[in-house]
Amino acid sequence: MGLTERQIERYSRQIILEKIGGVGQEKLLASKVLIVGAGGLGSPAALYLAAAGVGTIGIVDSDKVDLTNLQRQIIHYTNDIGLEKVKSANNKLRALNPDVTVRTYQTRLAAENIAGIIRDYDFVIDGSDNFPAKFLVNDACFFEKIAFSHAGILRFDGQLITVLPDKSTCYRCIFHSPPPVGAVPSCSQAGVFGVLAGVIGSLQATEAIKYLLGIGELLTNTLLTYNVLTMEFRKVKLNRNPNCPLCSKNPTVTELKNEVQPVCDLKRGVR
Amino acid sequence: MKLIINGEQVDSKDNLTISTLLVEQKVKMPEMVSVELNGQFVRRPDFDTTVLKDGDRIEFLYFMGGGGCGTD
Repeated sequence: MGLTERQIERYSRQIILEKIGGVGQEKLLASKVLIVGAGGLGSPAALYLAAAGVGTIGIVDSDKVDLTNLQRQIIHYTNDIGLEKVKSANNKLRALNPDVTVRTYQTRLAAENIAGIIRDYDFVIDGSDNFPAKFLVNDACFFEKIAFSHAGILRFDGQLITVLPDKSTCYRCIFHSPPPVGAVPSCSQAGVFGVLAGVIGSLQATEAIKYLLGIGELLTNTLLTYNVLTMEFRKVKLNRNPNCPLCSKNPTVTELKNEVQPVCDLKRGVR
Repeated sequence: MKLIINGEQVDSKDNLTISTLLVEQKVKMPEMVSVELNGQFVRRPDFDTTVLKDGDRIEFLYFMGGGGCGTD
């Protein structure tokens, strides 16, 4: 399709990178990435993907911008309070880069709608804020065979892993099913360091771009953990789980379902 | 014996099982933790019977739900 002069100038700093070049830039412009959640992780991911010229960015979120979001959700501004997050994000991305087509989905993902939404994308970034959604994204990406980046953040800790369905360790290989309600605190209960969302969300965008370009080594079979206070990054090698309820030879999860978090019954265990 | 837990060397009693190690290490809500031993996930029913030996590498893996969106 060829790049325009404006595009060559806009993306010049990455086009001169040997592993990207004009060919890589054209690939990015032809690529589609879906971001689940326009929140702490989704904000930096969306902004960097738009800046890099990923041609189509989908954003799923059912919420509106709230004052408490602004400490870390950098795609939303004070005058966006009350506005749908997907609209707020759309405004910023279009202003940042008119090359990008933004598709917005103001909905909650569920077993009934997720496959139809993700099917059209090359890569998914999971920046959702709850366990049923994280399991749903994992399962839907497995059934549709779409690569994705999983991440979670809490207090001063974050972690992420890239999943190539049926080829590398998936979220259910690590955690079989959602924890009971209340067993694992949420960011609103336990707090979260704002910049941490930026670090981890930016790493998710990094993985998306590397995947789209086919460069470097992905965080497959590898959980990257990061702690703000110690400034330590650790790569934890995680082999696929032969007892995974989803991607093993004898799966128990064979179709999409809406995971319900059991009410807190800690003695029951979750694996 | 010496164990390597989440990348750090730890001195521990001999003949611990994964269940007793979780207690010894004062892991909060051990029912929520996934455990990898020398690169392989350990099934939860095997936590009581898997005996650790010197030099074992153990990873405790914790749920992190936040994505920083909504009211999480």
